[in-house]
Amino acid sequence: MFDFSTVTMWLDEFLRGLMPSWLAITTECILVAVLLLAAYSVLAMIYIMYERWVCGWIQCRRGPIRVGPAGSLQIFADVLKILSKEIITLWSTDKFLFFLAPFLVVLASVLTFACLPWGKGLQFIDFNIGVFFIIAVSSIGVLGILLAGWSSNSKYTLIGAMRSGAQMISYELSVGISILTIVCLAGTMSITGIVEAQADGWFLFKGHLPAVIAFIIYIIAANAENNRGPFDLPEAEHELTAGYHTEYSGIHYGLFYLAEYLNLFVVSGIASLLFLGGWMPLHISGLDGFNAVMDYIPSTLWFLGKAFFMTFIFMWIRWSFPRVRIDQMLALEWRYLMPIGLANLVVMAIVVTQGWHF
Amino acid sequence: MADLQEQISKACPDVQIDNSGQWPLLTVANATWHETATKLKEQLNFDQLMALVGVDWGDAIGVIYYFTNTQTGDIIHVKVVADDRDKPYIHTVSDLWAVANYQEREAYDFYGIIFVNHPDMRRFFLRNDWVGHPLRKDYDANPELNPIRLDDETNEDYTCRYVEKDGKVVKIDGKVFEDDEYVINVGPQHPSTHGVMRYRVSLDGEIVKKVDVVSGYIHRGIEKLCESLTYPQTLLYTERMDYMAAHINRHCLCLCIEKALGIEVPHRAELIRLMMDELMRLSSHLLSYGCLTMDQGATTAFFYGFRDRELIYDIFDRTCGARMSMSYSTIGGVVADVHPDFITDVRHACDVIEKNMKEYHQLFTGNVIARNRMIGVGLLSKEDAINYAITGPSGRASGCHCDVRKTHPYSLYDEFDFEEVTRTEGDSMARYMVRMDEMVQSIKILRQACDKLEQEGAQGEYIAKVPKMIKLPAGHWYQQVEASRGAFGVYIESDGDSKPFQKPMRMHFQSPCFNLIGVVDLTCRDNMIADLITITASIDFVIPDIDR
Repeated sequence: MFDFSTVTMWLDEFLRGLMPSWLAITTECILVAVLLLAAYSVLAMIYIMYERWVCGWIQCRRGPIRVGPAGSLQIFADVLKILSKEIITLWSTDKFLFFLAPFLVVLASVLTFACLPWGKGLQFIDFNIGVFFIIAVSSIGVLGILLAGWSSNSKYTLIGAMRSGAQMISYELSVGISILTIVCLAGTMSITGIVEAQADGWFLFKGHLPAVIAFIIYIIAANAENNRGPFDLPEAEHELTAGYHTEYSGIHYGLFYLAEYLNLFVVSGIASLLFLGGWMPLHISGLDGFNAVMDYIPSTLWFLGKAFFMTFIFMWIRWSFPRVRIDQMLALEWRYLMPIGLANLVVMAIVVTQGWHF
Repeated sequence: MADLQEQISKACPDVQIDNSGQWPLLTVANATWHETATKLKEQLNFDQLMALVGVDWGDAIGVIYYFTNTQTGDIIHVKVVADDRDKPYIHTVSDLWAVANYQEREAYDFYGIIFVNHPDMRRFFLRNDWVGHPLRKDYDANPELNPIRLDDETNEDYTCRYVEKDGKVVKIDGKVFEDDEYVINVGPQHPSTHGVMRYRVSLDGEIVKKVDVVSGYIHRGIEKLCESLTYPQTLLYTERMDYMAAHINRHCLCLCIEKALGIEVPHRAELIRLMMDELMRLSSHLLSYGCLTMDQGATTAFFYGFRDRELIYDIFDRTCGARMSMSYSTIGGVVADVHPDFITDVRHACDVIEKNMKEYHQLFTGNVIARNRMIGVGLLSKEDAINYAITGPSGRASGCHCDVRKTHPYSLYDEFDFEEVTRTEGDSMARYMVRMDEMVQSIKILRQACDKLEQEGAQGEYIAKVPKMIKLPAGHWYQQVEASRGAFGVYIESDGDSKPFQKPMRMHFQSPCFNLIGVVDLTCRDNMIADLITITASIDFVIPDIDR
């Protein structure tokens, strides 16, 4: 399997040969940032189209078909449209916070996005508390949403923001606990470490029942964390028109939209990292020929494929279920998911100490 | 009938009873009206106010009330005339029949009749600053009095009521909401008010404390317009009220005019009308399924409902030449015979919808989230349903046997074998399930009708001989049908004018949705804001039908 670190190492040595080491590091940082943002926006576009096609397929429709062959240029039209739209500034809003809010939301999603294991040796941020870092930075998003709702000076946005605050903070616990369950199994918080630990089998298969339970809890909680249906209460279209971003327009609204789709990719990516082996190919111990064939598929494709598969599951849920009510949603988290998650963590700890896992 | 008359004269001896019409007509003076009304409700058990029609007879202004006894199905109507034409006062009955609350506000809006002791005497449709009361015969339609106003209408935070004090009527001001209430505005532009309806909702956190309905954003003054049209022209407006019951509403007006003229409609025409009514009901319930699911966020189910609705609209398209506002029924029958493939198409649509209904139940009915959102939410008791005159699927979900097709059969419904679907829970789920089960019954009726139409042959007499000039004799008539959302009634009063193009003196449409909107406050109170949307979707009203 191709190791991308050879490329990055080569580039690093090349740059250091040309310029002093501080300049080389600065150049690398800028390069990484550009790459990251480019990947971010391209993926967002792919995801919007992906959602439209999946949603159309589920709903017996064809989705976009008019712009370009099979509607493939639709997304460019949409991007152009949203970029050229007027940003309407309202009276009596808190201007600074109002403009800051969408950037905070995007910041949180870019930071988590940067932690994903893109391929063998291809990672933007990798350090020994990687998973911890993901949990920490993903919480910045809720701040942006609360600020957006508060600074808009509207009753709808305020209700949306309050719902969102309650929802994201609650479900972050479940996400955290299910991640912790896997960290317990892997024995490391490093993202590379977790992926490497799944070389002989993905955690979903290796970890017995506790891993499966953690996986299900993660799917439910991540959906809620992402404000996607059936947990899309903060922007509950039919109650609050658009919830916390009702008053936003133009690219500011676009940023919320962008962050929402990228967060979908991020949670799918984390799910594939924790449960489906990240970029690790599917290996079945004993079948060496099969494993060798699997190794020929590039690691980046493995990662993207798993992330897209997870996204499909999220979309499937999104387009099948009605929306829950705020009290039902909180009851689900505090009465069911969190106690089950905590018990599951204990079970996982026992499994690991006894060595019952595969 | 004679029995009923005896009972009435025993209970209220000072009331004149006229038995010449279809139903007994009671004439009551305003001074004794409230007392008589109490007796009618408590002793004679006329527990439902079907319709409240304000009428201006030129020399006098008054109200005609239609009451029904929901147990026996007896109907009476009562005429109350105000003493003074210029300052008409009539005692309210909103304390006896809750539905009268909004109905009286409508009469106040149109005729300026002030209902003494009414708790909330505001206009219902028109702006606060509207000059005059448009349905009065002495109304000044000068556009300078009521120009197109470009300023915002002020929020109706203030209300008033009129009470009697020392023999004089005194106005007392009141407030709709207190100063410290957190009031949010739902509508008139809102994704799930199903049209331009506006509620002002007082919230305590997520809990709804009070809902104030502000109507009139799509008010077209249909009743006023009808007074300047000939009878065949008025037919067009019926389809623009509840557009999801276009055929049924038009059928009702046709029946009412035919009743007044004494026209016998050919069997085939009545059969075709009935089939169109049932197709309309089917399509309406499919739409209602779609909207209810979408309002809870299940967008996919919405598309399922809309997909199958297309089949029905295609049938309309082929036979009537239009998909909405079909203009198919006419006085004396239908305008044209059905399309040659009509029966095949209807059978096909029935088969497809019947098959797909399993899918609807799988996708939505059994879903745990949907069940949690609907079971036990938005309760409406049977007593309240009768008191608020809630008919149609929403009334039957509370256990009322209010299907006009069964209680007062019209058209050919007594020839068909179908069941009246009722439930007793009275929650959102029951209202939803009644609609789903009614679709099955509609399919059953349609299949029987297909057989009957087949026996009649490919062609036949589809319209009766009708005079070129429709002229109604002097008198008034009331006709009710079961529209897709409840009992739809038409009241026609004619002065027997002998001029060639006779126009109705008064035409009133008693739309089912007007009553449905009356229970929004009752059912949504102390529920969550998210439930407000679910409950209103399950009550299922069409805004143009409220606003008319």
